[in-house]
Amino acid sequence: MERCRLVFSGSGGQGVITASIILAEAAALYDNLNAVQTQVYGAAARGGSTRADIIISNAEINFPKVYQPNVLVCLTQESYNKFYPIIRPGGILLTDARYVKLNRKVDARQKSLHMFENVMDKISKPIVFNICMLGAVIALTKLVRPDSIMQTLATRIPSDFLDMNRQALELGMTLGEHA
Amino acid sequence: MNANIKFVQGNEACVEGALYAGLDFFAGYPITPSTEIMEHLAARLPRQGGKFIQMEDEIASMCAIIGASLTGRKVMTATSGPGFSLKQEALGFAIMAEIPCVVVNVQRGGPSTGNPTHVSQGDVNQSRWGVHGDHAIVTLTASNHQDVFKMTVEAFNIAETYRTPVILLFDEVVGHLREKLVIPDEGEIPLVKRLRTAVKEGTDYHPYLPREDGRLPMSDFGSVHRYNVTGLYHDMWGFPTDDPKIVKGLQRHLVDKIESNAHQVQKYKEFYLDDAECILISYGSSARSALHVVKNRRLRGEKLGLIELQTLWPFPSQLIRERCEQAHYVLVVEMNMGQILREVKNAVNFPEKVFLANRIDGSLISDADIRNILRIIQGKGV
Repeated sequence: MERCRLVFSGSGGQGVITASIILAEAAALYDNLNAVQTQVYGAAARGGSTRADIIISNAEINFPKVYQPNVLVCLTQESYNKFYPIIRPGGILLTDARYVKLNRKVDARQKSLHMFENVMDKISKPIVFNICMLGAVIALTKLVRPDSIMQTLATRIPSDFLDMNRQALELGMTLGEHA
Repeated sequence: MNANIKFVQGNEACVEGALYAGLDFFAGYPITPSTEIMEHLAARLPRQGGKFIQMEDEIASMCAIIGASLTGRKVMTATSGPGFSLKQEALGFAIMAEIPCVVVNVQRGGPSTGNPTHVSQGDVNQSRWGVHGDHAIVTLTASNHQDVFKMTVEAFNIAETYRTPVILLFDEVVGHLREKLVIPDEGEIPLVKRLRTAVKEGTDYHPYLPREDGRLPMSDFGSVHRYNVTGLYHDMWGFPTDDPKIVKGLQRHLVDKIESNAHQVQKYKEFYLDDAECILISYGSSARSALHVVKNRRLRGEKLGLIELQTLWPFPSQLIRERCEQAHYVLVVEMNMGQILREVKNAVNFPEKVFLANRIDGSLISDADIRNILRIIQGKGV
């Protein structure tokens, strides 16, 4: 597998950091890959624009930060405006159609998906928006198996909420596959 | 999934290492970027019968672990720059009274409250000379979680072997980044047990009378022997004295017990040194960036090598001198204004061949930062 560098960005509270940890943990613990996750700390993580970097690879990962992501996820207009220039040419730029208007010409496969709307229509719980986004990411990239994400979730959240998360993950995957 | 494999932050890797080493008393006061060490120990330590106390501040935390260590516990505290400054006075007491303890400093930008959520390696010299008075100390560091675990266990072992405080000097990037950690099986890494006195109850015990091998057996304070512990120069009973012969002997002992065993505590890693024309020297998270550069340049046939220091103090001068002898130039990669650079320049025969690649803006030094300095050294411009 080629080394894949990802940046998840959005607003503090949307769960982008949690999503980044779940993805990296799924890769490292259940798909036998190497993964490194870092994130911004401080005020940005509590309301301002927030960012998490993930690297997933077969090989050892030394330098942990991401400069040119192969996959960039932006869940707010602010994070899109701030981070769109860093995407690696030809990479995947995933945004949420409700929160982000694509107003730049970017040398990337821009995927604007109705993730938030679908979550609200079908699950009515905004808390799983990030898991829906994760579903779209793994459908678009095939980085880790969906089952690995579910196994990771099972160790982190109460079992009563697992089904809701599975729904959100599958919803995201469907959106990603048809994008 | 194997239960011994975890995906954790560096701070949690430190917690795992400490618990593996037998930590059973922790006192601390939370501070970014070390807080996760406290958080995880607050949850874990009481469950396995250990004691966890959040103290009123960093000074009290340091004093609490000194007291607990004297009663026979394996102890640790964790902090960052501002808290590390506060701990210095009690740290000096622990050096003087020869109390085994482990002090973690997850470095952030300083001085003062500085740059709390960002990385720095500015406390390297503080970990050596933050305490007043002449003394020796051991400072260990690590660049990845497996080594954070290993060095934490090592810190407890060194603390017990030499009856000394040991500093674990990590940094924000290593403390916060998440990666895989494989926890070794019990017994895979040997553990050093507290050396306790064989002197029976009712018989005179001399807490500061060394055995022939120089080690000082301890007696759990408050159990069967009565003795004194002080920060003043003291005799073999632990009572204060200004007798010049005793003062001189104790001062020598405090320094010699570390310096004469330096080779035992000096840990390091070598990468591609055999034919290296340019040797990078680094430690902590900046060693990750340095290794990234070395590996990439090796793919292009450039003869770069890396020495990753895991023991910063006592500084491995002889190792650096020997390994760098054939190098055309040496590049120290660190995130401060050149604290290890100075040591390397002092160590090598050709200090004019030693250069610094640093970054001091709170961001992790990047491969590009290092490559640019290499270009300048090689006369290629930037």
